[in-house]
Amino acid sequence: MSKNKSEYLINRHDNQYEVVIGLEVHAQVTSESKLFSTSATKFGAEPNTQVSLVDAAFPGMLPVINEYCVKQAIKTGIGLKAKINKRSVFDRKNYFYADLPQGYQISQFKDPIVGEGKVILDMPDGQKEVGIERLHLEQDAGKSIHDLDPKNTFVDLNRSGVALMEIVSKPDLRSPDEVNAYIKKLRSIMRYLGTCDGNMQEGSLRADVNVSVRKKGSKEFGTRCEIKNVNSIKFMQMAIEYEANRQVDLIEDGQTIDQETRLFDTKKNETRSMRSKEDAHDYRYFPDPDLLPLEVSDDFIENLKSEIPELPDEKKKRFIEKFKLSPYEANILVSDIETSNYFENVIKKSDVKLATNWIIGELFAALNEKNLEITESPISAGNLSKLINLIKDGTISGKIAKTVFEQMMKGDKDPKKIVQEKGLKQESDPKALEALIDKVIDDNRDKAIEYKSGKVKLFGFFVGQVMKVSGGKANPQLVNEILKKKL
Amino acid sequence: MSDITKQSLSELVENIKSKKLSSSEVTKAFVERSEKSKELNAFITEDYENALNKAKTFDEKPNLDLKLPGIPMAVKDLFCTKNLRTTAGSKILNNFVPTYESTVTQNIWNEGAILVGKLNCDEFAMGSSNETSFFGNVQNPIDKNLVPGGSSGGSSSAVAAQLTPITIGTDTGGSIRQPASFTGTVGLKPTYGSCSRYGIVAFASSLDQAGPMAQNVKDCALLQEVISTYDEKDSTSIDFKRNEYSKELTKDIKGKKIGIPKEYRVDGMPKEIEDLWKKGIEYAKDCGAEIIDISLPHTNYALPTYYIVAPAEASSNLARYDGVKYGFRAEGENLIDMYEKTRSEGFGAEVQRRIMIGTYVLSSGYYDAYYLKAQKVRKLIKNDFDEAYKKVDAILTPSTPSSAFKIGEKTNDPVSMYLNDIFTVPVNLAGLPGISIPAGHDAKGYPLGLQIIGKAFDEQNILNIAYAMEEKINFKNNITDWWIK
Repeated sequence: MSKNKSEYLINRHDNQYEVVIGLEVHAQVTSESKLFSTSATKFGAEPNTQVSLVDAAFPGMLPVINEYCVKQAIKTGIGLKAKINKRSVFDRKNYFYADLPQGYQISQFKDPIVGEGKVILDMPDGQKEVGIERLHLEQDAGKSIHDLDPKNTFVDLNRSGVALMEIVSKPDLRSPDEVNAYIKKLRSIMRYLGTCDGNMQEGSLRADVNVSVRKKGSKEFGTRCEIKNVNSIKFMQMAIEYEANRQVDLIEDGQTIDQETRLFDTKKNETRSMRSKEDAHDYRYFPDPDLLPLEVSDDFIENLKSEIPELPDEKKKRFIEKFKLSPYEANILVSDIETSNYFENVIKKSDVKLATNWIIGELFAALNEKNLEITESPISAGNLSKLINLIKDGTISGKIAKTVFEQMMKGDKDPKKIVQEKGLKQESDPKALEALIDKVIDDNRDKAIEYKSGKVKLFGFFVGQVMKVSGGKANPQLVNEILKKKL
Repeated sequence: MSDITKQSLSELVENIKSKKLSSSEVTKAFVERSEKSKELNAFITEDYENALNKAKTFDEKPNLDLKLPGIPMAVKDLFCTKNLRTTAGSKILNNFVPTYESTVTQNIWNEGAILVGKLNCDEFAMGSSNETSFFGNVQNPIDKNLVPGGSSGGSSSAVAAQLTPITIGTDTGGSIRQPASFTGTVGLKPTYGSCSRYGIVAFASSLDQAGPMAQNVKDCALLQEVISTYDEKDSTSIDFKRNEYSKELTKDIKGKKIGIPKEYRVDGMPKEIEDLWKKGIEYAKDCGAEIIDISLPHTNYALPTYYIVAPAEASSNLARYDGVKYGFRAEGENLIDMYEKTRSEGFGAEVQRRIMIGTYVLSSGYYDAYYLKAQKVRKLIKNDFDEAYKKVDAILTPSTPSSAFKIGEKTNDPVSMYLNDIFTVPVNLAGLPGISIPAGHDAKGYPLGLQIIGKAFDEQNILNIAYAMEEKINFKNNITDWWIK
């Protein structure tokens, strides 16, 4: 790899190659019904139970645009700081396949609903801007199931006609890490907006990855290959790595790269040719005569703008300015809308610094261990807030707090109750502590003499002993003070 | 009443409303006549028994406030009818029974009419003679071995032969007006967006429009009033204020300006057509209209434009007939093989020809030269009409460049067949309403029609002009019932 830590380069002999990546992300629009029909879109329903006559392309059936999906696409466009096109056109993309009932997909070809925009990535060595070429609305196809019968293919049309946003980036990405950051950021923005749930396991977010390589410093793009339909960030990264190295090997070998569509084999970790440019489909795009051009007014767009929540970039800025969080902390807390909501609920009634540390530290670790999302956290924001206040006001020490926290993870209990029931309240009565300390000094006369004769390191030993005797409940600050006096 | 089937729709409605006739009597009369008229081959699917039962039910509790109370009626087999086979004249839909009803037919049943059967048509409405139907050609009741026109040939034949008092057809390039002209009947192609396309088997979406066919203008107006509604299920349906066409019908067209486009005097047009047109101009003048010469300069390009746009849309619209979901399927070795066999065996030659033309003009490298260019010309054709309508209220032309031709006469010459639509096609490209009324006979005694083209949404005006001229023309169809033995 390269010398510069953040730069992703492929070295062969004396040559350094840069990887150029562009993504076409297919994001399923969060919506109750499909793009042109009223069928439901719920994931995981019994095959062919969410199919209307329109979805199955019965004779004489006509598409009618779902206004909600249009709003969702425009909102996403606003979130991507993109130009919203007041006039867009639905085209037919014609091809035959068993899970494409109409024999064409309704998509947007020449005039998409959203034009150029941008996404800001937070990379370890600073921010990076990735250009968005366009966003358009289109129908999803059904699903062909080849492995249920040795001779027949089964078709499930539940997905047929579901609204997708195809978000096309400019070829601005340069490494698998940037692709990772880009997908996560895109997902985060759409989840903030509520326009796509970003669930990659359920196929709500998939991408075609365009990869080319060029010698470092070259201004011209190399010939690209498109890797179709990759459905996890990990696979995208693996596919890019494999594909970039394959292309570099070809160039180094004096061969040329064919522009083609490739498939990523997740089992063998390699990309394979699917079809060459010559075999590319002629989709015969033309404006769908069943649908008029889609026109939206300035008011329509302005109304949607007023519905846009604070997005991750703005939220991050606010967290840093208002709560004095570090960019690192802010990034983590805003990356997911649910996390940032949780955080803001906790700090409504408790110390920001402590809350930040406890959420990013203890809570994330505990959730990770149990494989839970923040929304599934056994500890509610309210109770975490109470725990932090118990630390802040000296009722319990940080160490005891960890014990309480563990209890809370087993079920969302009020930390005050746990402290009370288990008698974990911190001992802050100076008289009681003095008695305790006197006893410890008494029991360790020899060490006390050594300390007085200059072995100051032993101070820690005494603190430890006091804490041990108190069962961890002694207020460490007071213990320090009293010990100093007594010794 | 022995002459029930000779009555116009208006007469039948009146007689049912005044209880001089029951729906059962009327339905029975049309069913019996239809049963004796099988030689015409006007029907693809008969539904006589159900029709008689429905009539009986109607008579038990007649709602006489409806516009079509208990009126029996057959419709073109391009309209999807719930629980009754709908074929579009094609083998590929030979076994297709919709679970839904088209908006236009639903509007008709809502007004009390009763479905008696589905009428023959060119396959997927592609044809001008009803000879491309998988279910065989239809005879013109005017004369044996004469085509009834197309694609609504079963409809024109059935109305002319009085197998149904009225019917509906669809018109993509002339498919209502040309068969009306060939059979001495009246046919209206409404403004694009006037009648919902929901549930009509699509041919060319930007041109297709359903419309009424009848024996006279008044019946046509009444049926148009019933079928034209705004429909949210069709994104191209237009929400405009619709007239009560039959109630507002008037013969007073004094001072109406009627344009005569010089470009419709085409080379090689038979003298009888020219004469008919002249006669039409005189009739219009007699009615008090003012005649104004106009120009529609891009008329020449209408036919080639149409034969790019319509097949392009059709090639895509017909992609859904792939043997996967419904309709005819030929077994194949694999998916592609199944597609190829299904579509080769399921579609007839004319449909395949148009799918190929359409696929070609949309192909990468040809799209700009054909499809895009055609769209531009289409705009120019529409502009021609817009210009003309600054000066005139309506335009008068012949409906067709000839009278009905013989069965088989043009089947091997698609271009000469296509030329039959030369006067009707520009109207579809511009999305305007047009009506064909019978206006005379040629030397052989075959009917000839005149077309009145209106401004968009101005159906009332062309119906009025047609209504006024109809009276002056006083056309009598010469039908001898030769097919009834």
